[in-house]
Amino acid sequence: MTAVEEVPLSAAGNPIGFGSMRRVEDARFVRGQGNYVDDVNLPGMLHSAILRSPHAHARIVSIDAAAAEALPGVVAVITGKILEGIPRPSLLGDNFAWMPTLSYDTQAVLATDKVRFQGQEVAYVIAESRYIAKDALELIDVEYEILEPVMDAKRALDAGAPIIRDDKGQTDNSITDVHGNKTWESGNAESTAAAIAAAKADPNCVVVTQEIMYPRVHPAPMETCGSVSYLDKVTGQLTMYTTTQAPHAHRTVYAMVAGLPEQKIRIISPDIGGGFGNKVPVYPGYVLSVIGTIVTGKPVKWIEDRGENLVSTGFARDYHMTASIAATKEGKILAVDVDVLADHGAFNGVAQPTNYPAGFFNIFSGSYDYADAHCKVTPVYTNKAPGGVAYACSFRITEAAYVIERVVDCLAQELQMDPAELRLKNLLRPEQFPYLSPTGWEYDSGEYEKTMRVAMEMAGYDELRREQAEKRAKGEYMGIGISFFTEGVGAGPRRDMDILGLGMADGIELRVHPTGKAQLRLSVQSQGQGHETTFAQIVAHELGIPPEDIEVLHGDTDNTPFGLGTYGSRSTPVSGAAASVVARKVRDRARIVAAAALECAPDDLDWELGRWYVKGDRERGKTIAEIALLSHSSLELPEGVEGHLDATAVYNPPSLTYPYGCYICVVDVDPGTGQVKVRRFIAVDDCGTRINPMIVEGQVHGGLADGVGMALMELIAFDSDGNNLGGSFMDYLLPTAVECPDWELGETVTPSPHHPIGAKGVGESATVGSPAAVVNAVIDALSPFGVRHADMPLTPANVWRAIQGNAMRVDMAIE
Amino acid sequence: MEVTITVNGTPVTSEIEPRKLLVHFVREDAGLRGTHWGCDTSNCGTCVLWVDGSPVKSCTMLAAQADGHEVTTVEGLEQGGVLDPIQQGFIECHGLQCGFCTPGMMMTGRWLLDNNPNPSEAEIRDCISGQICRCTGYKNIVASIQWAAEHPATSEVTA
Repeated sequence: MTAVEEVPLSAAGNPIGFGSMRRVEDARFVRGQGNYVDDVNLPGMLHSAILRSPHAHARIVSIDAAAAEALPGVVAVITGKILEGIPRPSLLGDNFAWMPTLSYDTQAVLATDKVRFQGQEVAYVIAESRYIAKDALELIDVEYEILEPVMDAKRALDAGAPIIRDDKGQTDNSITDVHGNKTWESGNAESTAAAIAAAKADPNCVVVTQEIMYPRVHPAPMETCGSVSYLDKVTGQLTMYTTTQAPHAHRTVYAMVAGLPEQKIRIISPDIGGGFGNKVPVYPGYVLSVIGTIVTGKPVKWIEDRGENLVSTGFARDYHMTASIAATKEGKILAVDVDVLADHGAFNGVAQPTNYPAGFFNIFSGSYDYADAHCKVTPVYTNKAPGGVAYACSFRITEAAYVIERVVDCLAQELQMDPAELRLKNLLRPEQFPYLSPTGWEYDSGEYEKTMRVAMEMAGYDELRREQAEKRAKGEYMGIGISFFTEGVGAGPRRDMDILGLGMADGIELRVHPTGKAQLRLSVQSQGQGHETTFAQIVAHELGIPPEDIEVLHGDTDNTPFGLGTYGSRSTPVSGAAASVVARKVRDRARIVAAAALECAPDDLDWELGRWYVKGDRERGKTIAEIALLSHSSLELPEGVEGHLDATAVYNPPSLTYPYGCYICVVDVDPGTGQVKVRRFIAVDDCGTRINPMIVEGQVHGGLADGVGMALMELIAFDSDGNNLGGSFMDYLLPTAVECPDWELGETVTPSPHHPIGAKGVGESATVGSPAAVVNAVIDALSPFGVRHADMPLTPANVWRAIQGNAMRVDMAIE
Repeated sequence: MEVTITVNGTPVTSEIEPRKLLVHFVREDAGLRGTHWGCDTSNCGTCVLWVDGSPVKSCTMLAAQADGHEVTTVEGLEQGGVLDPIQQGFIECHGLQCGFCTPGMMMTGRWLLDNNPNPSEAEIRDCISGQICRCTGYKNIVASIQWAAEHPATSEVTA
């Protein structure tokens, strides 16, 4: 693709197209002038707080809010009983106590009958200040009848297990999707089972089976969730400033939940302090702030505290996986089967395309060439917070990439083969693309071996292995871990992919003003990705307008076209494509105007960056700025141009894009303490065309830190009483600058053949690909102790126990 | 109770509850929203500002304790329309993404350079290890502080 050095620079020194440039956003952020939801203060605004359940499973006997209501400064106390009494003109239920989830389940806004997880919303206080609202929570007296909770997902379907969703008349804790399925299968069960059975019977083959858990973690953006809602009772206009990655989708959901007319709802998602999937679902707190303004007639602010964010909003993962891999003794992979028990918590609140109830987990066959793959996912309710698809997971490709990369390493250990050699023997070859995977995904492009060789070269792989052998001889435990991942991102083709019936296409609008400056209006919403910079670069690349002359607007549903938002690494693959398409529409229209001005036919014109000129006469031409003014002038315009250059587009992706990469991690493990030190981390990503390499690399850095965190530190576990053991940053450990190494990045560039600029998206690649590299490195270090697997997080205690042959079950507290 | 705290050189007098946190005083009474709040438990450091020239996690200090003291926030870094080198470094080296942790990181970074003008990479990492960033993986934050160390003269405004 376009080499960076070929891109001309604007007067401000920015590339007129692709290349690293400083971010537009930074000017406000470094001055402390960002505008996050908690920075929004409206006249007369009230504050609010939520009373949450201390129990994981309990019947509500009574709620006495009299003392709270009597506290000076308290405006209203709302309970589930009150919500039950508010009629809702909606297809989704007849009152406000329950709301729909994004997976066609229901979730309590405020508990009426039972609480079903620790931290569940029980009552809502609106007061004159945040301090008074919190005081009032202490005065609400709730009598609970404690019930036995279901905390172990493996026992959720046992006969006699307590029933969590008795509100739906359930007789067990199974989850049924919108199509009536209780399990989600993919691939060919019969051929995969036959291949594995044949391998077991064949002395020249091996089958390795490993239980692998991806424990519950939390995206924990630095900014918690919150909203400021105001219903103007005169105009009927609801304005809601809220932490959402998908403002348009939220608008439609609020219209459905609240029964308000959608044209009267304005969602403003200002600066967002990180999302990572945590800000996709609609939470009870958002709905309560809407109810708060309906009840009080005043603006109402709700901002979570950190504990609330960790215990109640969308968690991630919680997949109990058992993987079997069959291969020849020479290392040719034959088949992979994965059985999954999926813990969805108390409500099925997963945010993902409707027809993919296990997300894109079935892309688990990975980056390797084999014919037989099958998975079966069994989802269950437990007495835990709802969620599951979040934390930069690309709709559960994190779990998929982790299980295949972990079990391939188990196979390498069984075969006593170098894990790099095993991967190189099985990687898909360039001539196989487009490649139809055994579970039905069509990978668009890739040169996998090239990327892996770049990573091995950067790492000095052979030298690392020599160093490891020397260290082992001295009783030092160094490990080298490899992960090769393939993602499918950019959801997605609307024929296959929707959320709550909303097809996953994204709109865009480009206005070119008479002076040749432009405004681009996006449906997607940055949470730090730098859209104001990169989307201007896409238009600059297509039209030759300097990026500093293009203002990018986003995050306000009244001022931007409809689209599904930013998650699943979809901004560049979907909206980035839309930006290119809409700019090309403008370019085509400009050609007609230029032809009229130059008194020739449009076909007589050629394009060079920023300018149409007469074929064979480069001097005779018009720049985009000149054409923009002409389009608004008295020039008589031909058919097909109404009078300006502005255009709109909706991009419905023909397919997903498939970024991939090879990561190599080097660790040193202290066998006496179990401490793991990540010494080096090499990451070679191929995300196709890079719009702004600086921003791409920054996103990779962040995802690598996620991987180190999840592999070594992060965990939401529970005790058997249902207490969340990760409810603060003192307990939920995130990596800091001292746990993270100096990331070493490389790249290959294999453009997507079906994306207008060849870009594949990169936002989640490193989070998807890196955990397996870290874990594989630690297990590699521990292999002299006979360790084949231990689950994340590989804390010192867990590593030490693994060395003793007794790795922890991480999802439950040690009894 | 009435307190007077000098914030970025300007005295701010306010009648407050004794339990009011300094971060809330700065955001609400002084009206400066660049100092953020992120965890309540002194772990994340997005609320870092200076009290009498030293970094403090303002979610864990009462405003009353700062009565009569000097507070400096991110809004106090820019002088006369010219960015501080630490601010310029974060722009030059892509030291921020969502921007939420950035004010706290810059306040700590500026303090480090005031006390150790040429810190090693390890010293920088150690100095910001009480603060969390979820976007950058820290590499570019370290580079941003290094940039500021290498460009101690007041920067030109370029953003």
